[in-house]
Amino acid sequence: MFVKVAWHSLLNRKYTVLLALISVAISTFVLLGVEHIRHEAKESFSKTVSGVDLIVGARTGQLNLLLYSIFRIGNATNNISWQSYRELAADPKVAWTIPISLGDSHRGYRVMGTTQDYFTHFRFGQNTPLSFAQGGPFSQLFDVVIGAEVAKKLGYRLHDSIVLAHGLGQASFSIHDDNPFRVTGILRATGTPVDHALYVSLAGMEAIHLNWKDGVKIPGRQMAAHELAARDLTPKSITAFMVGLKSKMATFHVQRQVNQYQKEPLLAMLPGIALTELWQMMSVMENTLRLISILVLFSSLLGLSTMLLSSIRERQREIAVLRAIGAPPFFVFLIIQSEALLISLGGIIVAMFALTMGILFAQTFLAENYGIFINHFAINHQTLGILGTIVVSTGVLGLIPSLSAYRMSLHHGLTVRG
Amino acid sequence: MHSNSPRNSPSGVPATIPDAVRINGLHFSYPGKVHTVVLAIPEWRVARGDRVFLKGPSGSGKSTLLNLLAGILVANKGTIEILGQNLSALSARARDRFRAAHIGIVFQQFNLIPYLSVLDNIRLAAHFGKKDRTDLDLTARQLFDMLELDNTVITKKASDLSVGQQQRVAIARALVNAPEILIADEPTSALDSDTRDAFMQMLLEISKTQGNTLIFVSHDTALAPHFHHVVNLAEINQAGGSQHVC
Repeated sequence: MFVKVAWHSLLNRKYTVLLALISVAISTFVLLGVEHIRHEAKESFSKTVSGVDLIVGARTGQLNLLLYSIFRIGNATNNISWQSYRELAADPKVAWTIPISLGDSHRGYRVMGTTQDYFTHFRFGQNTPLSFAQGGPFSQLFDVVIGAEVAKKLGYRLHDSIVLAHGLGQASFSIHDDNPFRVTGILRATGTPVDHALYVSLAGMEAIHLNWKDGVKIPGRQMAAHELAARDLTPKSITAFMVGLKSKMATFHVQRQVNQYQKEPLLAMLPGIALTELWQMMSVMENTLRLISILVLFSSLLGLSTMLLSSIRERQREIAVLRAIGAPPFFVFLIIQSEALLISLGGIIVAMFALTMGILFAQTFLAENYGIFINHFAINHQTLGILGTIVVSTGVLGLIPSLSAYRMSLHHGLTVRG
Repeated sequence: MHSNSPRNSPSGVPATIPDAVRINGLHFSYPGKVHTVVLAIPEWRVARGDRVFLKGPSGSGKSTLLNLLAGILVANKGTIEILGQNLSALSARARDRFRAAHIGIVFQQFNLIPYLSVLDNIRLAAHFGKKDRTDLDLTARQLFDMLELDNTVITKKASDLSVGQQQRVAIARALVNAPEILIADEPTSALDSDTRDAFMQMLLEISKTQGNTLIFVSHDTALAPHFHHVVNLAEINQAGGSQHVC
C-alpha cells in the first residue's frame, strides 16, 4: 500500500523526481563505469602477452618498453643494432627470439616488421598461439599478414594489394606507394593489440625504406622488385625483440647479461613484472577515481534526501490526512523511504542501460586508440555488491527525510503548522 | 477500567452502550512546556447519537482537544474514554487502529491525498479500517449516492475536484469504515454560502441515517440551530485563556 502511495506521490512531482533520478543515474553510471573499465583494462592488459620470458629494447623505462613493444602505445626512444640483436639471440640459453621493427603505419594501424617466428612463438591469453583465419605467414618480400580487426574494419581480403605509409598518422603524406604489399594471411581475432596491426617481414620493411632518406622519398630513385631482391635487405637496426628461454631458471641471468651489455645500452625486462609495476602505478589513479565516484554518489544521494526533506514541509497536510484515517507514523516513514528507494532504483536502471550502450560505443574507440579491449557490460558479483551498497546507502540517507516525516506525524498529528 | 471491559466484545466496543465521549479530570500540556496547561476539563460527556456543536475560538485548545479525542495525543492526567475505551490504556499503534475503525474526521480543507484518485483515497481509509474490498465498494457507492457524487468523480485525482466536491468526498472517506463518531473541524469554512447549506444538509442527513455521533467544531454560530447541544470549549476548559496557538 505504501509503495502505491509513494509511486503516485512521485508521479505527482515528476520534474523534481526526474532531476533527482538523473543525478543518481549519473553517479551510478560513473561508479559502475569506472569499476568496469578498471577491471576490464586489467584483464585486457594481462592477457595481451604470455609465454614471453624477456623483452629487450634500447635502454628506457621498462614500462615504456612494455607499452611500445606489446601494446603499441607510444614510441621507442632508440633502436637496437642488428649486430647486437644477433649476438644476444645466439646465446645458448635462448630458445627463440622475435624481432620487432616499428615505425610505419597503414590507415591508422601500425605496421610491424618481424620474422615468421612471431607466428610460431608469440602467445597471448592463457598461452594461446596465434592462428590464421585465412592464408598463412608472409613468404615473399612484399607479403603482408593483417590482424583480424584490420581486415574487418578496412574490408581487406586475401591477395588484396595495400600501400604502407611512413610514420604513424591516420593521413600520412609520405606513402610507400612505390612498393605495394599483397595480403597473404589474416590472423584469427585475439582481442588483443595483435588484431590491430599489420605484419611484414623485416626484409620487406627494409626494402620500402631503401630509396628513402630521413623519412623523405628520394625523387627519381625507384627500384624494381628484381633489383631489390639482388640487394642485401638485412636491417641495420630493430626496435625491440622478445625472447623465449630454454629454461625459466636462466631468466634473471640473461636479463643481467643484457642489461650489462657493453656495446650499447640495452634493457631487458620481464613482462609480468612490468605489468605489476603498471598496476602499482595505476592503483593510485584507480583509487582516486574510485574515491571520486563514491563522493559523487554520496553527494547525489544526499541531494535526493534533501529533495525529499524539503518536500516534507509541503506535505504536512498530507501527513495530517494520513494520521486522521488511522495511518501509524511508521506508514508515513515507509512512504518516504519507498520514495527514496524508488528514485534510486530508477536511477540504477537508467545508469545500467546507459552504461551498456556507452560501452558498446566506447569499445571500438578504446581498442583502436589505446589497445585496451573492454567487454560488454554484464552484471557480476562485484556489480551486484556495488548496487547493493547504493540501495543500502539510499536507505540510510533516506532516514533523514523519513525520520523527519515520522516525527512530524507523531507530534503534529492532525494539526498543520506554518 | 470500565466495568465492561472492551476485551469482552469482539468489536472492541462494550455491549452496554457507553457514552461516545467521556472525559474525566483531563489535564494536558505539551512536553517541554509543562507549566502551560493547554486543557483542563474536569468532566465532559457526549452521549451516543448526540449532535454536538462545539464552539472553539482560536486559542481555546480546540486542536489539542481534537488530537486527544482522536488518540494522537495522550492526556497527562485524567481519562478520555471513547465508546468506553480508555485511550491512554492503548498502545500508540492500537490507538491508530482504534481511530481508523471508530472515528471519522473531516477537516476544514485538504482532506484528501491530492495525488491519489478519489477511489484510492477511500480505499486507503478502508485499508486502515481493515474493511474488506467487496463491502467497501458497496458502502462507497451508497455514500456517493447520498452525497450526490456521480461516478465520474470516483476516478478523478483528488486535486482535480472543486472544494465543494472535495468536502463531500471527505465525508464519504470519513464514513467508509462506518465509525461511531464523526468529528468535523470547521468543515464549511472553505465553502461559499450556497455550497455550505447543501453540505450541512448532507452531513446532517447522512450522520442521522448512519446513527453517528457528530461532534462539529465551528465558530460560525449561525449553524448552531442544527444541533442538539451547543458547547463552548472556553467554558468547559478551565485552563481557558491559554496563550497557546490553535
